Amino acid sequence: MRLSDKIAPSFERIGGVYALPVILMIVALPLVGSLSSWVTLTVAGLAMGMMIFLMASGLSLVFGLMNVLNFGHSAFISFGAFIAASVLTGLSAWVGAHSLGFNLLALFAAIGAASLFGLVAGIVFEYLIIRPVAGDHLRQILITMGALIVSEELVRAIWGDNPITVARPAALNGIFVIGGASIEIYRVFAFCLGLAVFVGLYLVLNRTRIGLLIRAGVENREMVEALGFRIERLFVGVFMLGSALAAMGGAMWAGYQGTITGSLGSEMLILITIVVIIGGLGSIEGSLLGALLVGLLGNYVAFLFPKLSLASNMLLMMAVLLWRPWGLKPAVKS
Amino acid sequence: MTDTAAERDLPSTAACARPTAGGVALFSVIAVIGLLLLFAPFVFSDVRSTQVAARICVFVVLAASYDLLIGYTGIVSFAHTMFFGMGAYGAAMGLKFGGADWGHLLLGSVGGVLAAAVLAVLIGLLSLRVKALFFAMVTLAAGSVMMVLASQLTSLTGGEDGLVYSTPRLFKPAMKLVTNADGEAARLFGVPLDGRLALYYFVFIVCLVVFVLLARIVRSPLGTVLEAIRENELRAEAIGYRVVAYRTAVFVIAAVAAAVAGVVWAVWLRYTGPDTTLSFDIMIDILLMVVIGGMGTMYGAIIGVVVMSLAQSYLKDLMSAAAGATSGVPILPHLLDPDRWPLWLGLLFILLVLFFPAGIAGTLMKKGSRS
Amino acid sequence: MSGSILRLDDVHTDIGQYRVLHGVTLDVPEGGVYVLLGRNGAGKTTTLRTIMGLWRARAGAIVFRHRDITALHTADIARLGIAYVPENMGIFGGLTVEENMRLASATSRFDRTRLGRIQDLFPAIRQFWDKPAWSLSGGQKQMLAISRAIIEPRDLILIDEPTKGLAPSIIRAMIEAFREIARDTTILLVEQNFLFASSLGQGVSVIDDGRIVHDGDMAALAADEALQTRLLSLSMAAHQ
Repeated sequence: MRLSDKIAPSFERIGGVYALPVILMIVALPLVGSLSSWVTLTVAGLAMGMMIFLMASGLSLVFGLMNVLNFGHSAFISFGAFIAASVLTGLSAWVGAHSLGFNLLALFAAIGAASLFGLVAGIVFEYLIIRPVAGDHLRQILITMGALIVSEELVRAIWGDNPITVARPAALNGIFVIGGASIEIYRVFAFCLGLAVFVGLYLVLNRTRIGLLIRAGVENREMVEALGFRIERLFVGVFMLGSALAAMGGAMWAGYQGTITGSLGSEMLILITIVVIIGGLGSIEGSLLGALLVGLLGNYVAFLFPKLSLASNMLLMMAVLLWRPWGLKPAVKS
Repeated sequence: MTDTAAERDLPSTAACARPTAGGVALFSVIAVIGLLLLFAPFVFSDVRSTQVAARICVFVVLAASYDLLIGYTGIVSFAHTMFFGMGAYGAAMGLKFGGADWGHLLLGSVGGVLAAAVLAVLIGLLSLRVKALFFAMVTLAAGSVMMVLASQLTSLTGGEDGLVYSTPRLFKPAMKLVTNADGEAARLFGVPLDGRLALYYFVFIVCLVVFVLLARIVRSPLGTVLEAIRENELRAEAIGYRVVAYRTAVFVIAAVAAAVAGVVWAVWLRYTGPDTTLSFDIMIDILLMVVIGGMGTMYGAIIGVVVMSLAQSYLKDLMSAAAGATSGVPILPHLLDPDRWPLWLGLLFILLVLFFPAGIAGTLMKKGSRS
Repeated sequence: MSGSILRLDDVHTDIGQYRVLHGVTLDVPEGGVYVLLGRNGAGKTTTLRTIMGLWRARAGAIVFRHRDITALHTADIARLGIAYVPENMGIFGGLTVEENMRLASATSRFDRTRLGRIQDLFPAIRQFWDKPAWSLSGGQKQMLAISRAIIEPRDLILIDEPTKGLAPSIIRAMIEAFREIARDTTILLVEQNFLFASSLGQGVSVIDDGRIVHDGDMAALAADEALQTRLLSLSMAAHQ
């Protein structure tokens, strides 16, 4: 009996691929050495993972439902980040106020504006860029790549070539200390927001009729139509949602980074691409898994082996591809 | 599902056999470009123009090899600059750490090209059996990691600063190919026969040879098989073609060609860094060149490269003039800023993909045809 | 038998560059089981998919209950009361049996008596109600696919080779079920298995190379072995 055959059953018993982030955390603890550093890194990794999840989930769902891989997806991230930065600058009185209420209001206004933009721009993008080349993968890759170039240039034309500093609400700026581990409040907020979105998406997908249609459509689009449902209409909705989530993730990312540049879109494209490949296309569980793994590993490696930090994602992706060529948790395709 | 709807819009290689009015015009333009490149050092006296000519030579090879993937085989890769960079860094490291002689140039180049081929085999076998979209994603990630590696492994690659090195003596500007009575480089039509000239013809000849090889490949039986696979993958598989093997082979051929172009580029520039070989901007440039020129025609690559190179030089001047003229209007000057030229190129690209998927060469060849 | 429920008039369908149907003309009478017989690659599946709008007819007309549905969207065709059970059954493996059924019902609530009747017809549907559909056996998947098609009252059900790969005992159960379903619904059944087809069908058309080569009574065809051999070259396979 091969070693992998012996491990497989017990691996499935502890939760299969869902246990991977936990295993990663446990393995990292002795390597990092100090508990307080480990807590800080883990919180940072989870927060980063959740933000990446927001950005990647739409890409994965849109692909799953319509076989459309939108390389322009990260344009929404970029626009979301810059719009949020502008809103926060505009509301600087609220941002700087020593009142948690006003701080949160400013942040929610920024996130809301970014998401709203994502929704509206999503319709336009779907109509102008995605629909005309439906079913033609080659032209689809090309045209969405073109759209990414154009939107990055638009971002630069509107907000300039220089990096922009993002004002972070005062109340979320601080850190609190638990047992020697310092934790940034903003990261906790980012994690909670991401988790809330995941739970919301999960409930919609698994508890509603629309969700049932989406899951069925990801699996076998033709059959859903043969049962009497117009899937394009559903698709436009999913596309808008995915774009809004990307913009929301971009807004959160802007606050997290503190400084953003015009090349944010193409940088994030690489990251979310890796996440979606690791997680498997078409499922939000896969996107969450991939995002958490990338976030956690990124933070641990940056602490342990700073030189390797940028390559860690790629190593993770290659390892996953060798193990499961379709990613960890791809949607069922029939 | 196959992508037959799209591929019917691409010109088939059979269409090249039937000369059309547009086709004749196209080949005349290509002949003129070829002659200009051949005599570039004699036609253009300034250094800058020779630089443009050499860049065109190198990018023709890059675009043609990329077209072999995207146009002839229907594979979209974003890792083409990765292979380009591997060739360039191979040559650069040989010259930098070995010495500025032919032996080390050859050693480094062969090392870089081989590494590119091996990596291409690995990526191909690992991911070409899955969907085109997935492959595009994997190559996108791989390319970005190579970029990161090049800027991180400072001791080997010089990091962000890159590597500066000397070339073999033959290519040094002070090298005299033929001396005249005064002991200076003899002149032919007023052009000194020095190392600079030798270097240009080194670039030109290597690129020409690779291009001719690529053009022969698409006309060979292999090209026919590729076309069959592109038209209908399932059927090709049913007939007995091992689709993954063929695709991997093409991916490797394209990678080797790109790596050779990288070697030439490294020798020409005497400098290799992430920005000159690996950057995503170059990848986008190649993509634009192939789509503008016309996917699925080797000659389209030439047209695309020339158009892009001219646009990069002159579009900026045009735009800065336009930006100045519209300085009173609110947002327009920002959009017309010379730095924003990729915006317009991107728009052009989208419009081409939407309305002229065959590109300039493909559209021209169809023009005037009777069918 | 009353008038026709579905009529195909000289339908031509291309798939990619291949011409598959070269003028299929078919008249399916209302009520009972009508069989479309033919060899592999004769155009049976293409005919069903063209009716469903999953492939577009290049020429010709498809009329359902006096309404031209040739250019309608697949979803709209389904909503007129046509159900489709494809050859691969079209089961959503990632969904449970219940979710598969729920998707096919017009609202999220089931018609309890109707569901009860279906579950009596196919006990496996009750037994595996909350199990994921991928865990079903081939025969159970086929039963789910058919149950899904009849959870709402339909006027016409298109079924593509339901017996493919199934054990004889399951096929016998299937015959009973189809007789039951055909009491209030018309079935257009595509088959290669002549034994199965002849025990169910009243009318029959034979398709070959994208054209209808024979129309008539199933009883007459079943009695005439020479005709079978000539038309189908499949009598041997059917009697094995």
